[in-house]
Amino acid sequence: MQATTHTESHKGAHDAHHHHHEPGFLQKYVFSTDHKIIGIQYGLTALAFLFFGFLLMLCMRWSIAEGANAAQIKDYVIRPIPLVGGLLEKLLGDVAPKGIMSADLYNSFGAMHGTIMVFLAIVPLAFGAFGNYVVPLQIGAPDMAFPRVNMASYQFYFIGGVIMFVSFFIPGGAAQAGWTSYSPLATTIPTHGQAFWLVGMVFLISSSLLGAVNFIATIIQLRAPGMTWMRLPFFVWAQFVTGFLLLLAFPPLEAAGVMQLMDNVFGTSFFLPTGLAVGGRLADVSGGGSPLLWQHLFWFLGHPEVYVLILPGMGVVAEIIANNTRKSLWGYKSLVYSVLAIGFISFIVWAHHMYLTGMGTKISAFFQTTTMIISIPSVIILTCLFISLWGGSIRFNTPMLFALAFLPMFGIGGLTGLPLGFAAADLHLHDTYYVIAHFHYVVAPGTIFALMGGIYYWFPKMTGRFMSEFWGKVHFVGSFIFMNVVFQPMFIQGMAGMIRRMADGGLNYSTFKNPGAVGGLGADVMNMHKIILIGAVCLGLCQIPFIINLFWSIKNGKKATSDNPWGSTTLEWQTPTPPPHGNFDKEPIVVRGPYDYSLPGKDKDFTPQNQA
Amino acid sequence: MEIPFTSKPRPDTGIYNSKVGIWLFLASEVMLFGALFSAYILLRVGAPEGTWVHGLLNIPIGTFNTAVLITSSVTVVLGWASLQVGNFGRYKFYQAITILCALAFLGIKSYEYREKFLHHEVWLNHKIKVKHGHQEVETDRIIGHLEYEGHHQYFWNTKRLKGTPEEKDKDGKVIKAAVPPVESFKMIPDAFHYTMTPKELAHARKESAGVAHEEIEIKASDVKRLSAFVPSHSTYFAIYFTLTGLHGLHVLGGAIVIFYIWGPGAKMWKTDPQRYMNRVEVSGLFWHFVDLVWIFLFPVIYLL
Repeated sequence: MQATTHTESHKGAHDAHHHHHEPGFLQKYVFSTDHKIIGIQYGLTALAFLFFGFLLMLCMRWSIAEGANAAQIKDYVIRPIPLVGGLLEKLLGDVAPKGIMSADLYNSFGAMHGTIMVFLAIVPLAFGAFGNYVVPLQIGAPDMAFPRVNMASYQFYFIGGVIMFVSFFIPGGAAQAGWTSYSPLATTIPTHGQAFWLVGMVFLISSSLLGAVNFIATIIQLRAPGMTWMRLPFFVWAQFVTGFLLLLAFPPLEAAGVMQLMDNVFGTSFFLPTGLAVGGRLADVSGGGSPLLWQHLFWFLGHPEVYVLILPGMGVVAEIIANNTRKSLWGYKSLVYSVLAIGFISFIVWAHHMYLTGMGTKISAFFQTTTMIISIPSVIILTCLFISLWGGSIRFNTPMLFALAFLPMFGIGGLTGLPLGFAAADLHLHDTYYVIAHFHYVVAPGTIFALMGGIYYWFPKMTGRFMSEFWGKVHFVGSFIFMNVVFQPMFIQGMAGMIRRMADGGLNYSTFKNPGAVGGLGADVMNMHKIILIGAVCLGLCQIPFIINLFWSIKNGKKATSDNPWGSTTLEWQTPTPPPHGNFDKEPIVVRGPYDYSLPGKDKDFTPQNQA
Repeated sequence: MEIPFTSKPRPDTGIYNSKVGIWLFLASEVMLFGALFSAYILLRVGAPEGTWVHGLLNIPIGTFNTAVLITSSVTVVLGWASLQVGNFGRYKFYQAITILCALAFLGIKSYEYREKFLHHEVWLNHKIKVKHGHQEVETDRIIGHLEYEGHHQYFWNTKRLKGTPEEKDKDGKVIKAAVPPVESFKMIPDAFHYTMTPKELAHARKESAGVAHEEIEIKASDVKRLSAFVPSHSTYFAIYFTLTGLHGLHVLGGAIVIFYIWGPGAKMWKTDPQRYMNRVEVSGLFWHFVDLVWIFLFPVIYLL
């Protein structure tokens, strides 16, 4: 009798249990509060925006390369953009007559390329996707500290993205004043794109604010027992500092955005100086505002934002390198202190973007000094990662190839930044293609390579299957070559005086149009536009194997034979695959540091953090 | 699955999750308002002569509003303390006062806004004579009420004087009637102007008290610029409305959260009292912050 009751009550409990774990599709995948689902939502949305931002750039590159042709052939007729030209005309109307990109459309695409890549692609991918998926797992937490806030964070991001996307189709098109939206230009352009941009930004900023609060609180509060600060994987440290940067640097831009919105909608003059003339006429505004104020507030975010873009990438690379060299990271503590130092110093370097604004040489001297200082911890991090390779038995799998390529690519990006940090050298290089090449080396073959490596590395944890190694290597080799084909010539163009943001690629400054002009852009410099276009198209083609590989491998990839297929030490590999809601079967107790590879006297070459 | 430390503090950090969350959130709020205060400083320091407004805000009302907000901060603490000793009824009472104070603050603020929208400044093409108390002065800038067709008007600007043509939709139906241009309007000038020094301003105010204001007729063709005291009037009113508006939104948001916890969310007191007290504490922390912002705002905007 008693036995029967027992069985029955057990069955009842099982049913209740079963019922509890069967949420509908919407609740499971769309309105989920599970950090892993939210991470994947972030990842897929951000990858879609990354692709979209890339397509915008291809259209712009065509327009620039046509300018280069026009600088060689007399009476050259600009050709429409192949494949998408007709579509652009149909969707956007007058701004793309006969499929040819107008200068206004070029400005829109340029502004939105920057905005989308920074705020809708890289940050959500690096912080939203990887941070969400990996951080709680690596610290041994069941979820984020505030799961519903986490969901709201994604939803805000999504709404912001929709607003930005929709702004292409309003009359007059999307914002045209560059991703930096300098005033008074941003206010005096008579279309409504800028207002959409600002409202979109307010959503995106709110999203990262919620995300940042959540990440920091999670890392402070939900570390598993024994997970002391110096046992945190470096990736978690990187995300922790990133969280603080987003938390404290974004609000000033939100304030600036509100003020610019006031300028655009209510006719205030926060950023409009006295005596401002628009179209040859005195503008009907009170004046008295300060265009410099916008730049200060923008770059107060803008520079920490650069570290928001790079630090998570460094964290991913550190994880992959430790795992694939099968030895501990060299100088773990130096890495941690360096990343903290970067976090602090990044708040006092912003005005090195503003040497040419006339803010004064004394201020320039200050920011020049701090800028040189911040390069020190960055170099320490890179050096530690390089030295970590020393004496390792390196496994050259796809994630590791991306991580290894990150090191020199970020090195190039970082070192070419030094001349820009000096006010004297910046006089020549400011606003040229040199600057474009510099920050793209940091973010494109830098951060994006790191994140690509991260996708290949954590894919087995998310799905239980590997992505194809062969196609992964094809993706890597192609991307590596063509990234350099695209960005290397820009250094030369920039030093030759090619200014950025020109729809015709500098046609009117070419020696072709101004024969004998001193400092005119020669045919060799103009021709590089064509090489870059070819490189960019090939770079796009190289992403096709990646996209197919990513989706094909979810169902058909090689099965991972264990929960820890890479033989890793960190906690995310100590969960079932893929990790269920709540992550760990039983709470992990951490007894050692994050990178105990190849310990002497152990039978395996890795010892997970929760194993004695 | 349970998230640990939602109601009990984590032993090594000593606090529960949402308290970490709210402090971080407040840190970002400091940066938000900090940026706006920095903007205030920069705009004020860089303002061309005769454009920075001062002395036009109603200080007694502002002081009263400050007192209202401070009172609400006290009742928030008393409410929370009542909960700590288990006196739910007293908590309900104190927190009700908090919510009422918030509403009173917003009501008074809207009254102040309305007063500003009714005031206008006109910049004239040439100087005219205006009575400041008993003496007559020559000036090309007048502030005061604007009267047109027998009514006080608000939100007027230079564009309004020119009028607007009627607007039709595609089918030719009139969607917006035409506004005829204005030939002339009346100003009931104040006996002072914000370009005076604070001393002169106080003196002029005192002199003109009780003296009947004289209406003057102003021709639209004489007007260089006309603006109500709205954000576009000057950078001062721009930052004034932005700062107080944003602060007002925070007051409203805080009041809604406190009301939710006080009313519909109060069921939790029965099911999970510790977590409920945490909620009250966290919302209280936010409320103190909103209060603190006003403590900075009041002297900066009203008194300096």
